[in-house]
Amino acid sequence: MSDIKVDAVLDITNEVCPMTFVKTKLKLETMEPGQHLEVVLCDGEPLRNVPRSLKEEGHKIVGTKKEGNRFHLIVEKGM
Amino acid sequence: MLDHYIEDEKDKVEVTVPVIGKSAGVLSFNDLKTGGYIKQRQKDKFTVRCMVPGGRLPIKKMKKIAEVAEKYGADYVHISIRQSVEIPYVDYHNFDKVAAELSEADQKVASCGPRVRVPTACSGCEYNPNGLSDTQGLTKLVNDKFFGAECNHKFKTSFSGCPIDCARTSEMDLAFQGAVFPEWEEEKCTGCRICASACQEDAIHDHPETGEPIFYQDKCLYCADCIRACPTEAWVSGKTGHIVRIGGKHGRHPFKGSVVAKFVSDQDVPAIIEKTVEWYNKHGVGKGRIRIGTLLREEGMMQSYMEQMKDVFKDKAVKDPKPPLEINIQE
Repeated sequence: MSDIKVDAVLDITNEVCPMTFVKTKLKLETMEPGQHLEVVLCDGEPLRNVPRSLKEEGHKIVGTKKEGNRFHLIVEKGM
Repeated sequence: MLDHYIEDEKDKVEVTVPVIGKSAGVLSFNDLKTGGYIKQRQKDKFTVRCMVPGGRLPIKKMKKIAEVAEKYGADYVHISIRQSVEIPYVDYHNFDKVAAELSEADQKVASCGPRVRVPTACSGCEYNPNGLSDTQGLTKLVNDKFFGAECNHKFKTSFSGCPIDCARTSEMDLAFQGAVFPEWEEEKCTGCRICASACQEDAIHDHPETGEPIFYQDKCLYCADCIRACPTEAWVSGKTGHIVRIGGKHGRHPFKGSVVAKFVSDQDVPAIIEKTVEWYNKHGVGKGRIRIGTLLREEGMMQSYMEQMKDVFKDKAVKDPKPPLEINIQE
Protein backbone atom coordinates (compact mmCIF):
# COMPACT_ATOMS: atom_id res chain seq x y z
CA MET A 1 0.00 0.00 0.00
CA SER A 2 3.01 2.25 0.35
CA ASP A 3 3.40 2.76 -3.40
CA ILE A 4 0.02 4.50 -3.77
CA LYS A 5 0.06 8.29 -3.53
CA VAL A 6 -2.57 9.36 -1.02
CA ASP A 7 -4.38 12.63 -1.77
CA ALA A 8 -6.12 13.00 1.58
CA VAL A 9 -6.39 11.28 4.96
CA LEU A 10 -9.58 10.92 7.03
CA ASP A 11 -9.65 9.63 10.59
CA ILE A 12 -13.06 8.27 11.60
CA THR A 13 -11.90 6.36 14.66
CA ASN A 14 -13.94 8.67 16.92
CA GLU A 15 -17.15 8.34 14.89
CA VAL A 16 -20.02 5.89 15.25
CA CYS A 17 -22.39 4.47 12.63
CA PRO A 18 -23.82 6.03 10.50
CA MET A 19 -21.43 8.99 10.79
CA THR A 20 -18.47 6.76 9.92
CA PHE A 21 -19.68 6.36 6.36
CA VAL A 22 -21.33 9.79 6.14
CA LYS A 23 -17.99 11.50 6.87
CA THR A 24 -16.20 9.22 4.41
CA LYS A 25 -18.78 9.97 1.74
CA LEU A 26 -18.62 13.73 2.34
CA LYS A 27 -14.83 13.66 2.09
CA LEU A 28 -14.96 11.66 -1.14
CA GLU A 29 -17.42 14.17 -2.59
CA THR A 30 -14.75 16.86 -2.36
CA MET A 31 -12.34 14.69 -4.36
CA GLU A 32 -11.97 13.76 -8.04
CA PRO A 33 -12.52 10.27 -9.49
CA GLY A 34 -9.29 8.31 -9.43
CA GLN A 35 -7.91 10.20 -6.41
CA HIS A 36 -7.00 8.26 -3.28
CA LEU A 37 -8.32 8.75 0.24
CA GLU A 38 -6.78 7.05 3.23
CA VAL A 39 -9.47 6.22 5.80
CA VAL A 40 -8.44 5.29 9.33
CA LEU A 41 -11.15 3.34 11.14
CA CYS A 42 -11.68 1.02 14.08
CA ASP A 43 -12.22 -2.67 14.16
CA GLY A 44 -15.74 -4.08 14.55
CA GLU A 45 -18.88 -2.28 13.38
CA PRO A 46 -17.15 0.42 11.25
CA LEU A 47 -15.16 -2.27 9.51
CA ARG A 48 -18.30 -4.26 8.70
CA ASN A 49 -20.11 -1.27 7.25
CA VAL A 50 -17.64 1.18 5.71
CA PRO A 51 -15.93 -1.17 3.20
CA ARG A 52 -19.32 -2.64 2.22
CA SER A 53 -20.85 0.82 1.64
CA LEU A 54 -17.80 2.02 -0.29
CA LYS A 55 -18.07 -0.97 -2.64
CA GLU A 56 -21.82 -0.45 -3.05
CA GLU A 57 -21.25 3.17 -4.08
CA GLY A 58 -18.73 2.23 -6.73
CA HIS A 59 -15.47 3.11 -4.98
CA LYS A 60 -12.53 0.74 -4.86
CA ILE A 61 -10.45 -0.30 -1.88
CA VAL A 62 -6.98 -0.59 -3.36
CA GLY A 63 -4.94 -1.00 -0.21
CA THR A 64 -5.30 -1.98 3.43
CA LYS A 65 -3.12 -2.02 6.50
CA LYS A 66 -3.87 -3.23 10.00
CA GLU A 67 -2.36 -1.45 12.99
CA GLY A 68 -3.50 -2.91 16.30
CA ASN A 69 -7.26 -2.53 16.37
CA ARG A 70 -7.21 0.11 13.62
CA PHE A 71 -7.35 -0.33 9.90
CA HIS A 72 -6.13 2.00 7.17
CA LEU A 73 -8.04 1.70 3.89
CA ILE A 74 -6.81 3.33 0.68
CA VAL A 75 -9.94 4.18 -1.27
CA GLU A 76 -9.88 5.07 -4.94
CA LYS A 77 -12.80 7.34 -5.72
CA GLY A 78 -15.15 5.87 -8.34
CA MET A 79 -16.76 7.72 -11.24
CA MET B 1 -61.44 -4.83 35.82
CA LEU B 2 -62.30 -7.96 33.94
CA ASP B 3 -65.34 -7.85 31.72
CA HIS B 4 -66.85 -10.19 29.19
CA TYR B 5 -68.36 -10.26 25.73
CA ILE B 6 -71.85 -8.85 25.83
CA GLU B 7 -73.00 -11.80 23.74
CA ASP B 8 -72.07 -15.41 24.22
CA GLU B 9 -69.30 -16.62 21.90
CA LYS B 10 -71.64 -19.23 20.44
CA ASP B 11 -74.07 -16.57 19.31
CA LYS B 12 -74.83 -16.23 15.63
CA VAL B 13 -75.56 -13.32 13.37
CA GLU B 14 -76.86 -13.16 9.82
CA VAL B 15 -74.31 -11.76 7.43
CA THR B 16 -74.58 -11.08 3.72
CA VAL B 17 -70.93 -11.69 2.88
CA PRO B 18 -69.22 -15.07 2.42
CA VAL B 19 -66.28 -15.79 4.75
CA ILE B 20 -63.56 -18.37 4.21
CA GLY B 21 -65.16 -21.78 3.62
CA LYS B 22 -68.69 -20.52 4.39
CA SER B 23 -71.31 -18.83 2.27
CA ALA B 24 -73.27 -15.81 3.43
CA GLY B 25 -76.05 -16.55 5.90
CA VAL B 26 -76.40 -17.19 9.59
CA LEU B 27 -72.85 -17.63 10.89
CA SER B 28 -71.49 -18.17 14.36
CA PHE B 29 -68.94 -15.81 15.87
CA ASN B 30 -66.37 -18.58 15.52
CA ASP B 31 -67.07 -18.96 11.80
CA LEU B 32 -66.71 -15.24 11.41
CA LYS B 33 -63.48 -15.17 13.39
CA THR B 34 -62.16 -17.89 11.12
CA GLY B 35 -62.91 -15.62 8.18
CA GLY B 36 -61.09 -12.64 9.64
CA TYR B 37 -64.09 -10.92 11.25
CA ILE B 38 -63.29 -10.96 14.95
CA LYS B 39 -65.95 -10.28 17.59
CA GLN B 40 -65.24 -7.34 19.88
CA ARG B 41 -66.46 -6.77 23.42
CA GLN B 42 -68.90 -4.19 22.11
CA LYS B 43 -72.32 -5.36 20.89
CA ASP B 44 -72.50 -5.94 17.12
CA LYS B 45 -68.94 -4.69 16.63
CA PHE B 46 -66.22 -6.67 14.93
CA THR B 47 -62.58 -6.13 13.97
CA VAL B 48 -61.91 -6.78 10.30
CA ARG B 49 -58.45 -8.20 9.69
CA CYS B 50 -56.96 -7.13 6.36
CA MET B 51 -54.41 -9.40 4.75
CA VAL B 52 -50.97 -7.77 4.40
CA PRO B 53 -48.56 -10.57 3.38
CA GLY B 54 -45.06 -9.92 4.66
CA GLY B 55 -46.07 -6.48 5.89
CA ARG B 56 -45.92 -5.03 2.39
CA LEU B 57 -48.92 -2.77 1.87
CA PRO B 58 -49.25 -1.07 -1.52
CA ILE B 59 -50.27 2.60 -1.21
CA LYS B 60 -53.41 1.93 -3.23
CA LYS B 61 -54.60 -0.64 -0.68
CA MET B 62 -53.49 1.50 2.25
CA LYS B 63 -55.63 4.39 1.00
CA LYS B 64 -58.61 2.10 0.52
CA ILE B 65 -58.25 0.65 4.01
CA ALA B 66 -58.10 4.20 5.40
CA GLU B 67 -61.21 5.16 3.46
CA VAL B 68 -63.14 2.09 4.64
CA ALA B 69 -61.98 2.47 8.24
CA GLU B 70 -63.05 6.08 8.32
CA LYS B 71 -66.45 5.21 6.90
CA TYR B 72 -67.29 2.03 8.84
CA GLY B 73 -64.79 1.80 11.70
CA ALA B 74 -63.20 4.07 14.25
CA ASP B 75 -60.57 6.79 13.86
CA TYR B 76 -57.64 4.40 13.82
CA VAL B 77 -56.48 1.03 12.54
CA HIS B 78 -54.45 -1.50 14.49
CA ILE B 79 -51.25 -3.07 13.13
CA SER B 80 -51.33 -6.65 14.37
CA ILE B 81 -48.27 -8.47 15.64
CA ARG B 82 -48.40 -10.51 12.40
CA GLN B 83 -48.30 -7.45 10.16
CA SER B 84 -52.01 -7.40 9.31
CA VAL B 85 -53.92 -4.13 9.36
CA GLU B 86 -57.06 -4.48 11.47
CA ILE B 87 -60.10 -2.20 11.24
CA PRO B 88 -61.87 -2.20 14.60
CA TYR B 89 -65.46 -1.18 15.40
CA VAL B 90 -67.10 -2.44 12.22
CA ASP B 91 -70.81 -3.22 12.67
CA TYR B 92 -71.62 -6.66 11.22
CA HIS B 93 -74.47 -5.16 9.21
CA ASN B 94 -71.78 -3.46 7.12
CA PHE B 95 -69.64 -6.52 6.36
CA ASP B 96 -70.80 -6.77 2.76
CA LYS B 97 -70.05 -3.11 2.08
CA VAL B 98 -66.67 -3.32 3.81
CA ALA B 99 -65.67 -6.44 1.84
CA ALA B 100 -66.91 -4.99 -1.45
CA GLU B 101 -65.19 -1.66 -0.98
CA LEU B 102 -61.92 -3.27 0.12
CA SER B 103 -62.01 -5.51 -2.95
CA GLU B 104 -62.09 -2.42 -5.18
CA ALA B 105 -58.39 -2.14 -4.31
CA ASP B 106 -57.99 -5.95 -4.33
CA GLN B 107 -57.60 -5.85 -0.55
CA LYS B 108 -58.53 -9.20 0.96
CA VAL B 109 -59.73 -10.05 4.45
CA ALA B 110 -57.32 -12.40 6.25
CA SER B 111 -58.15 -15.39 8.41
CA CYS B 112 -57.94 -16.80 11.88
CA GLY B 113 -58.44 -20.33 13.17
CA PRO B 114 -56.86 -23.70 12.34
CA ARG B 115 -55.23 -23.05 8.98
CA VAL B 116 -52.17 -21.79 7.18
CA ARG B 117 -51.94 -18.10 8.03
CA VAL B 118 -50.66 -15.16 6.04
CA PRO B 119 -46.84 -15.34 6.13
CA THR B 120 -44.87 -12.60 7.86
CA ALA B 121 -41.53 -11.40 6.56
CA CYS B 122 -38.80 -8.79 6.72
CA SER B 123 -38.19 -6.52 3.74
CA GLY B 124 -35.69 -8.99 2.27
CA CYS B 125 -32.83 -8.66 -0.18
CA GLU B 126 -34.53 -6.19 -2.54
CA TYR B 127 -33.31 -3.17 -0.58
CA ASN B 128 -32.29 -4.28 2.91
CA PRO B 129 -28.46 -4.23 3.07
CA ASN B 130 -28.39 -7.39 5.21
CA GLY B 131 -30.95 -9.31 3.15
CA LEU B 132 -29.80 -12.57 1.60
CA SER B 133 -33.08 -13.97 0.30
CA ASP B 134 -36.16 -12.69 -1.52
CA THR B 135 -38.46 -12.92 1.48
CA GLN B 136 -41.14 -10.76 -0.13
CA GLY B 137 -41.28 -12.81 -3.34
CA LEU B 138 -41.55 -16.04 -1.35
CA THR B 139 -44.18 -14.58 0.96
CA LYS B 140 -46.36 -13.74 -2.02
CA LEU B 141 -45.85 -17.16 -3.57
CA VAL B 142 -46.62 -19.01 -0.33
CA ASN B 143 -49.63 -16.85 0.47
CA ASP B 144 -51.12 -17.31 -3.00
CA LYS B 145 -50.61 -21.07 -2.86
CA PHE B 146 -51.27 -22.00 0.76
CA PHE B 147 -53.27 -19.28 2.51
CA GLY B 148 -56.27 -20.78 4.29
CA ALA B 149 -55.25 -24.44 3.86
CA GLU B 150 -56.86 -26.32 6.75
CA CYS B 151 -54.74 -27.80 9.52
CA ASN B 152 -55.21 -29.22 13.02
CA HIS B 153 -54.46 -25.86 14.54
CA LYS B 154 -53.00 -22.54 13.46
CA PHE B 155 -49.99 -22.83 11.18
CA LYS B 156 -47.73 -19.81 11.06
CA THR B 157 -44.95 -19.27 8.57
CA SER B 158 -42.39 -16.52 8.18
CA PHE B 159 -39.40 -15.51 6.10
CA SER B 160 -36.28 -13.81 7.43
CA GLY B 161 -33.67 -12.59 4.99
CA CYS B 162 -30.64 -13.15 7.23
CA PRO B 163 -29.55 -14.65 10.58
CA ILE B 164 -30.57 -11.49 12.47
CA ASP B 165 -33.98 -13.16 12.06
CA CYS B 166 -36.30 -10.17 12.42
CA ALA B 167 -39.19 -12.38 11.28
CA ARG B 168 -38.57 -14.69 14.27
CA THR B 169 -38.28 -17.93 12.30
CA SER B 170 -37.51 -19.87 15.48
CA GLU B 171 -41.00 -19.03 16.83
CA MET B 172 -43.00 -20.20 13.79
CA ASP B 173 -44.64 -23.51 12.99
CA LEU B 174 -42.52 -23.58 9.83
CA ALA B 175 -40.19 -20.84 8.66
CA PHE B 176 -37.29 -20.02 6.40
CA GLN B 177 -34.21 -17.88 7.02
CA GLY B 178 -31.87 -16.70 4.25
CA ALA B 179 -28.27 -17.94 4.37
CA VAL B 180 -25.15 -17.79 2.21
CA PHE B 181 -22.19 -20.11 2.46
CA PRO B 182 -18.98 -18.08 2.05
CA GLU B 183 -16.26 -19.41 -0.24
CA TRP B 184 -12.71 -18.14 -0.26
CA GLU B 185 -10.62 -17.75 -3.42
CA GLU B 186 -6.97 -17.77 -2.46
CA GLU B 187 -5.61 -16.02 -5.56
CA LYS B 188 -7.72 -12.90 -4.94
CA CYS B 189 -6.81 -12.60 -1.26
CA THR B 190 -4.31 -9.93 -0.22
CA GLY B 191 -4.20 -11.02 3.43
CA CYS B 192 -5.64 -7.68 4.62
CA ARG B 193 -7.33 -9.26 7.66
CA ILE B 194 -10.54 -7.26 7.22
CA CYS B 195 -12.75 -10.38 7.05
CA ALA B 196 -11.41 -11.72 10.33
CA SER B 197 -12.27 -8.41 12.00
CA ALA B 198 -15.63 -8.09 10.26
CA CYS B 199 -16.84 -11.54 11.33
CA GLN B 200 -19.01 -11.25 14.43
CA GLU B 201 -19.00 -14.96 15.19
CA ASP B 202 -15.25 -15.56 15.49
CA ALA B 203 -15.60 -17.94 12.55
CA ILE B 204 -12.66 -16.37 10.69
CA HIS B 205 -9.21 -16.02 12.20
CA ASP B 206 -6.34 -14.35 10.37
CA HIS B 207 -3.11 -16.23 9.85
CA PRO B 208 -0.47 -14.54 12.05
CA GLU B 209 2.03 -14.23 9.19
CA THR B 210 0.11 -14.13 5.90
CA GLY B 211 -3.10 -12.51 7.17
CA GLU B 212 -5.07 -15.04 5.16
CA PRO B 213 -8.33 -16.25 6.67
CA ILE B 214 -8.73 -19.51 8.56
CA PHE B 215 -12.41 -20.47 8.39
CA TYR B 216 -14.22 -22.30 11.21
CA GLN B 217 -17.42 -23.47 9.58
CA ASP B 218 -19.00 -24.71 12.82
CA LYS B 219 -19.17 -21.12 14.08
CA CYS B 220 -20.43 -19.57 10.82
CA LEU B 221 -24.01 -18.25 10.74
CA TYR B 222 -23.88 -17.72 6.96
CA CYS B 223 -24.58 -13.97 7.22
CA ALA B 224 -22.18 -12.90 4.41
CA ASP B 225 -20.50 -10.12 6.41
CA CYS B 226 -17.14 -11.44 5.19
CA ILE B 227 -18.26 -11.33 1.56
CA ARG B 228 -19.51 -7.77 1.91
CA ALA B 229 -16.44 -6.55 3.78
CA CYS B 230 -13.79 -8.11 1.53
CA PRO B 231 -12.15 -5.36 -0.58
CA THR B 232 -10.91 -7.75 -3.28
CA GLU B 233 -13.85 -10.16 -3.76
CA ALA B 234 -11.78 -13.03 -2.37
CA TRP B 235 -14.84 -14.10 -0.34
CA VAL B 236 -17.70 -14.98 -2.68
CA SER B 237 -21.17 -16.49 -2.34
CA GLY B 238 -21.15 -20.27 -2.44
CA LYS B 239 -24.39 -22.15 -2.00
CA THR B 240 -27.27 -19.90 -1.00
CA GLY B 241 -30.70 -20.75 0.31
CA HIS B 242 -32.70 -21.07 3.49
CA ILE B 243 -32.28 -22.51 6.94
CA VAL B 244 -35.56 -24.34 7.72
CA ARG B 245 -37.00 -24.21 11.25
CA ILE B 246 -40.01 -26.17 12.44
CA GLY B 247 -42.20 -26.49 15.51
CA GLY B 248 -41.72 -23.10 17.12
CA LYS B 249 -44.55 -21.15 18.67
CA HIS B 250 -45.20 -18.36 21.10
CA GLY B 251 -48.03 -18.08 23.60
CA ARG B 252 -48.06 -19.02 27.26
CA HIS B 253 -45.70 -21.93 26.71
CA PRO B 254 -43.45 -21.07 23.78
CA PHE B 255 -41.32 -23.54 21.83
CA LYS B 256 -38.07 -22.81 20.09
CA GLY B 257 -38.26 -24.32 16.60
CA SER B 258 -35.72 -26.89 15.43
CA VAL B 259 -33.42 -26.52 12.43
CA VAL B 260 -34.27 -29.43 10.12
CA ALA B 261 -32.58 -28.45 6.85
CA LYS B 262 -29.92 -26.05 5.61
CA PHE B 263 -29.57 -24.28 2.26
CA VAL B 264 -32.83 -25.42 0.69
CA SER B 265 -33.58 -23.45 -2.46
CA ASP B 266 -36.47 -21.10 -3.22
CA GLN B 267 -37.88 -23.82 -5.48
CA ASP B 268 -37.91 -26.29 -2.57
CA VAL B 269 -40.08 -24.04 -0.39
CA PRO B 270 -43.57 -24.91 -1.74
CA ALA B 271 -42.89 -28.65 -1.58
CA ILE B 272 -41.56 -28.33 1.98
CA ILE B 273 -44.74 -26.56 3.11
CA GLU B 274 -46.99 -29.00 1.27
CA LYS B 275 -45.28 -32.12 2.65
CA THR B 276 -45.11 -30.65 6.16
CA VAL B 277 -48.82 -29.77 6.25
CA GLU B 278 -49.60 -33.25 4.88
CA TRP B 279 -47.57 -34.87 7.69
CA TYR B 280 -49.08 -32.54 10.29
CA ASN B 281 -52.67 -33.27 9.28
CA LYS B 282 -52.05 -37.01 9.08
CA HIS B 283 -50.37 -37.36 12.47
CA GLY B 284 -52.54 -34.86 14.29
CA VAL B 285 -55.77 -36.75 13.58
CA GLY B 286 -57.82 -37.35 16.71
CA LYS B 287 -55.56 -35.15 18.82
CA GLY B 288 -57.74 -32.05 18.73
CA ARG B 289 -56.18 -28.66 18.33
CA ILE B 290 -52.53 -29.58 18.44
CA ARG B 291 -49.67 -27.44 17.16
CA ILE B 292 -47.03 -29.12 15.02
CA GLY B 293 -44.38 -28.36 17.67
CA THR B 294 -46.34 -30.28 20.32
CA LEU B 295 -46.72 -33.17 17.91
CA LEU B 296 -43.01 -33.19 17.10
CA ARG B 297 -42.17 -33.43 20.79
CA GLU B 298 -43.95 -36.77 21.05
CA GLU B 299 -41.79 -39.92 21.03
CA GLY B 300 -40.49 -40.82 17.56
CA MET B 301 -42.27 -37.99 15.79
CA MET B 302 -39.14 -36.07 14.78
CA GLN B 303 -37.89 -39.21 13.02
CA SER B 304 -41.27 -39.71 11.38
CA TYR B 305 -41.24 -36.13 10.11
CA MET B 306 -37.68 -36.39 8.76
CA GLU B 307 -38.65 -39.63 7.01
CA GLN B 308 -41.59 -37.85 5.35
CA MET B 309 -39.31 -34.99 4.25
CA LYS B 310 -36.30 -36.97 3.02
CA ASP B 311 -37.22 -36.72 -0.67
CA VAL B 312 -37.64 -32.95 -0.39
CA PHE B 313 -34.74 -32.11 1.94
CA LYS B 314 -32.38 -34.66 0.30
CA ASP B 315 -28.76 -33.88 1.25
CA LYS B 316 -29.87 -30.62 2.85
CA ALA B 317 -31.50 -32.43 5.78
CA VAL B 318 -29.96 -31.95 9.21
CA LYS B 319 -28.90 -35.26 10.74
CA ASP B 320 -30.94 -36.30 13.82
CA PRO B 321 -32.50 -32.92 14.61
CA LYS B 322 -33.69 -32.34 18.17
CA PRO B 323 -37.41 -31.82 18.88
CA PRO B 324 -38.63 -28.25 19.47
CA LEU B 325 -37.57 -26.98 22.87
CA GLU B 326 -40.04 -25.70 25.44
CA ILE B 327 -39.12 -22.28 26.82
CA ASN B 328 -40.42 -21.22 30.21
CA ILE B 329 -41.33 -17.54 30.17
CA GLN B 330 -43.46 -17.68 33.32
CA GLU B 331 -40.65 -17.47 35.84
